[in-house]
Amino acid sequence: MKHSYFLRRLVMFFVVVILAATLNFIIPRLAPGDPIGAVLEELRARGASTGGDAEDEIVAAYRARFGLDQPVHIQYFRFLFNTLRFDLGHSISYYPQKVERALLRALPWTVGLLAISTLMSFAAGSFFGAMMAWPRAPGFMKRFVPMFMVLSAVPYYLLGLILVYVFAFVMRLLPLGGAYSSGTIPQLDLDFLLDVIRHGMLPALSIVLTSVGFWALGMRGVMVTVLGEDYLTLAEAKGLPDRRIFFAYAMRNALLPQVTSLAIALGTVASGSVLVEVVFNYPGIGWLLYNALRSSDYYMVQGVTFFLILTVAVSVLIVDMIYPLLDPRIER
Amino acid sequence: MSQDIALQVKNLRVSYMTGEQEVKAVDDVSFSLYPGERLGIVGESGSGKTTLALALMKLHKPPAYIMGGEALLDGSDILALEREAMRQTRWSKLSLIPQGSMNSLNPVVKIKHQMADAIEAHERGWTRGQIAKHIGELLGRVGLPDSVADMYPHELSGGMKQRVCIALAIILEPSVIIADEPTSALDVVVQRVVMQTLNDVQEQLNAAMIIIGHDMGLMAQSADRLAVMYAGKMVEVSPISSFFSDPQHPYSKLLISSLPSPEEKRELAAIPGSQPSLLELPSGCAFHPRCPLAVERCKLEVPLLRRFSHDRRAACHLVEEPAS
Repeated sequence: MKHSYFLRRLVMFFVVVILAATLNFIIPRLAPGDPIGAVLEELRARGASTGGDAEDEIVAAYRARFGLDQPVHIQYFRFLFNTLRFDLGHSISYYPQKVERALLRALPWTVGLLAISTLMSFAAGSFFGAMMAWPRAPGFMKRFVPMFMVLSAVPYYLLGLILVYVFAFVMRLLPLGGAYSSGTIPQLDLDFLLDVIRHGMLPALSIVLTSVGFWALGMRGVMVTVLGEDYLTLAEAKGLPDRRIFFAYAMRNALLPQVTSLAIALGTVASGSVLVEVVFNYPGIGWLLYNALRSSDYYMVQGVTFFLILTVAVSVLIVDMIYPLLDPRIER
Repeated sequence: MSQDIALQVKNLRVSYMTGEQEVKAVDDVSFSLYPGERLGIVGESGSGKTTLALALMKLHKPPAYIMGGEALLDGSDILALEREAMRQTRWSKLSLIPQGSMNSLNPVVKIKHQMADAIEAHERGWTRGQIAKHIGELLGRVGLPDSVADMYPHELSGGMKQRVCIALAIILEPSVIIADEPTSALDVVVQRVVMQTLNDVQEQLNAAMIIIGHDMGLMAQSADRLAVMYAGKMVEVSPISSFFSDPQHPYSKLLISSLPSPEEKRELAAIPGSQPSLLELPSGCAFHPRCPLAVERCKLEVPLLRRFSHDRRAACHLVEEPAS
């Protein structure tokens, strides 16, 4: 019983990954533009290309090198095979850099910034939301409701721009962008760490502020339902202290649907980061994707999107695995 | 009848405040409960039974408010207790078997932890081993195997959940147990068995018990005394045998004649009309529009719950005082 549950989840995971890889192969090829053409265009703009037969030959050679001269189905199977080995090919714009190396270099920044701020916002939002619904909470808690509603309606890149303008441009308290000061060499020491934190503060703040409302309002809604349950009346009748009723009975149950949302949110962290990373010039996955899209870098775009889907699938898999621990009713 | 009283309720009034209006859900209810006694409280839906039960534990939620009265338990008025003192009183002296036992257990916490936290909340100073032993023993007393302690509520049947709730209610050996429709969610066969279990554990503890419900048959089997509620008021309180053999209040009479009887074959009588809205109670006796015996006085004057024999009370102008 237990094993079949995990096995089912695992099979599901691989189906999702293969489907993702397939879609990933199709979609960039539907977009207009041609990667070699894009590079040539750039070269021409700089006056470096003369056109003519020589150019055609170069184009043909490059097409062969990237496998673009092969029939589509051959391209597809080759792609699928390589993808499953996590060999995502070479970047076209930054040839001969490998896509997976670029991804792995960008990953810590995105995970560090977005995963941490999402988790912070989840924890704070869920707690606030639970308090907003709790009848014996301090009265001022209820005043947070409109504030959270407004905040969750503001797009975070807009809030990001405002924060940058106020704190970095006008007040000059924090850096304008980037993940660390230019000229410093990334290394594990205190100075560098503090520098990273200083740079991460504004983007993190914009994410936390705009998403905390989502968690708080969601939690409040579930909490109101849970508070009406019979087991809360019985918990109170048992003479349990308020603290125990709040955490073990009310919040514990209200958190269950929130955790599912968290899995999805964590998965979309990387893709949702595009705008934040562009606004703050942050060298993460989103920034990578943005640049790859602008230069029609097929392999990079494919690599990044595949990676994003993989993160969703992995975080859903992780939550699926731990969910039976949180809710014993699930494992059926 | 024992002279010491387990719980004495005096002139309890509970109202729901809706806007400007006050809806009197429990209106001037008084009764006494003796150790070891089982008092049944019956009435139609909305007659104030559950509100009464919740108010006695101070579990009523706004817009319900206690407007007056007292409830003496061990000589002190529990309705006047502060939050923390009330919390300590709950379960150690006064426990509840809830109406919706299907959903009364926390779905994500094991049974043993839900039982243990009731003990821990009252700081009895028991060791972990003692608590575990006590839980196993209680489960045995309500006819459940020890293994239930390690289960989650969704792994139990409805009857088993209700047994867990019974075990839970006696965990601190309270002097009063309030059972709010303890079997209404169960099928008839399980109802009888569960009720028998409940009666057994209550007798072992010599606790006083209030059984709330509308199943007259179940009441006839379990209760020692019966109190009938109508529109927030108690209209008759009688020992169970005299209640069924010689009901005094016209409403009680109609209730009994609406029950099927195996001895005589007759048409079942329904009580005409329906319970009045608590927002617009009829003048005088709330029952007079439906009462076949109503006289002019019933429309004008609210009847008080008066003693008409040494152990019986009724709220009706037509009940003679002392009864024949």
